[in-house]
Amino acid sequence: MPTFELTPAMMREIIMDHYSSPRHKLDPEGEGYESIHSSSVNCIDDITVFLKFDAEDKVADARWNGVACAISTASSDILCDLLEGKNKEEAFYLIDQYRKMIHEEPYDSSVLEEALAFMNTGRQAARIHCATIGWDAVEELLKGHTHER
Amino acid sequence: MYDLKKIRADFPMLRSERKMQGHPLVFLDNASTTFKPDRVLEAMDRYYKEETCNSHRGDYDMSVVVDGRVASARKTVAKFLNADPKEIVFTAGATASLNLVAYGYALKFLKEGDEILLTLAEHASNTLPWFRIAKLTGAKIRYIPLTEEGRVTVENVEKSLTPRTKLVSIAYVGNVLGFIAPIKEIARVVHANGAVLSVDGAQSVPHMVTDVKDLDCDFLSFSGHKMCAPTGTGILYGKYELLDQMDPFESGGGMNVKFYPEGEATLLPPPSRFEAGTMNVAGIYGLQAAIEYLMEIGMENIEAHERELKAYAVERFKQIPGVTVYNATSEAGIVAFNVDGVFAQDMATFLNSKGIACRSGLHCAKMLPLVIHTDATVRASFYLYTTKEDIDVLVDAVKKGGNFLDAYF
Repeated sequence: MPTFELTPAMMREIIMDHYSSPRHKLDPEGEGYESIHSSSVNCIDDITVFLKFDAEDKVADARWNGVACAISTASSDILCDLLEGKNKEEAFYLIDQYRKMIHEEPYDSSVLEEALAFMNTGRQAARIHCATIGWDAVEELLKGHTHER
Repeated sequence: MYDLKKIRADFPMLRSERKMQGHPLVFLDNASTTFKPDRVLEAMDRYYKEETCNSHRGDYDMSVVVDGRVASARKTVAKFLNADPKEIVFTAGATASLNLVAYGYALKFLKEGDEILLTLAEHASNTLPWFRIAKLTGAKIRYIPLTEEGRVTVENVEKSLTPRTKLVSIAYVGNVLGFIAPIKEIARVVHANGAVLSVDGAQSVPHMVTDVKDLDCDFLSFSGHKMCAPTGTGILYGKYELLDQMDPFESGGGMNVKFYPEGEATLLPPPSRFEAGTMNVAGIYGLQAAIEYLMEIGMENIEAHERELKAYAVERFKQIPGVTVYNATSEAGIVAFNVDGVFAQDMATFLNSKGIACRSGLHCAKMLPLVIHTDATVRASFYLYTTKEDIDVLVDAVKKGGNFLDAYF
């Protein structure tokens, strides 16, 4: 795969883009969504994630909605982008690599795409939970801890 | 004269070279907790290094000294509030004090159909204990309407009282907006209605003169750590005749006289009845030192200093385009604000990247959005050691707030 240097300016643009015009910040339409609610005890973030699976059990549609800061908005939105078309195993791998990156451990950058914009989150330790709130919620949902809407 | 330089020199946290994100620390989160002066730390040290033993009935000299210090601390608190020492209960903080009023008083005396009056601006600690009591007794929670700015007024309290109102619990100073409630006048109308007034003093007692006899409130709860004292210290003031009717919330050593196999126990009178278990003795040493320190500086001087800071901050904030201040007209040294287009939490993170400690969110007053119509605010809160320069650093950073993602790059 082609490699290129992701500059701070590009990362900033990715986050601002998904913050100012999130694509997946929508309530579900129609039937068939599984959802999970997540609110942070230490901040204002309060979101719900919605996933719909296709016949092959791949994510057909990923959405989220709620009250969220720039970091939780952009990170949840990018996650939804990345989830679509993935099966559960691929999604678990993606979430695992993302979490490793956030916690500044060795990680596989090849699957993270735009989520790489959050590689500096550790600089604002108080915001790590904002960068992971959607990801943690999706992981819980995928593990089967779901409740029907 | 208010010698700010001398005051700041008393605080190790202000003398330290500590940096946050490469900048000198500017601490504007004093409504959450406060720094401790040397003498508070020294007082606690004295207990741990020279006088460690349990309080209550030790049979040796050192324990007599410790009991004497706890009694002396109780007197200091009483003097600070213009109360009687037997009306002063040591607790773990305002939360513990409010819960003691709820479980010790309200649970015993409230019945189904009775009403508890609160406001929508109350902190979780002055809301959730009452929700529990409502569930347990069948009492109803009702809310005193606030004015458009967010004030509690005597008129609105009076209008909200009904023959079923048995208890009113409100903050003397709100922890987000910082309006001072007219407690003395409220006490009058509450008492005329035959109800009891519990006051959450967590944001008032540290910042202004408190005279419980003049206010005539029935209960007053506050924390030590918000007034230069150690964490885990707090006070419940209660009128003695009310304390005397109350059941303990916690039972154990130090609060009983005798107990018998058939399950009967005779209890000590207040305040000991409410102080089961080993007390936070080191904390009580520290709390006394903190109160003595504040009284030496003078609560009226501290209040004047904070009002000056508030006026200065509001004036400077007014000059920044695109900033909303939600409480420009309130008295306390708290500024709740937002920058257009920047979520409060993102602003707080940006301020962190400049070394400025502020808090964002709802500050535990989670029903407040129903009053001020915003999901979250950034809160800068001042104390006796805050300087105008601290506010300048904040204002200069807020001016640049449009680039809030700078915090990450």
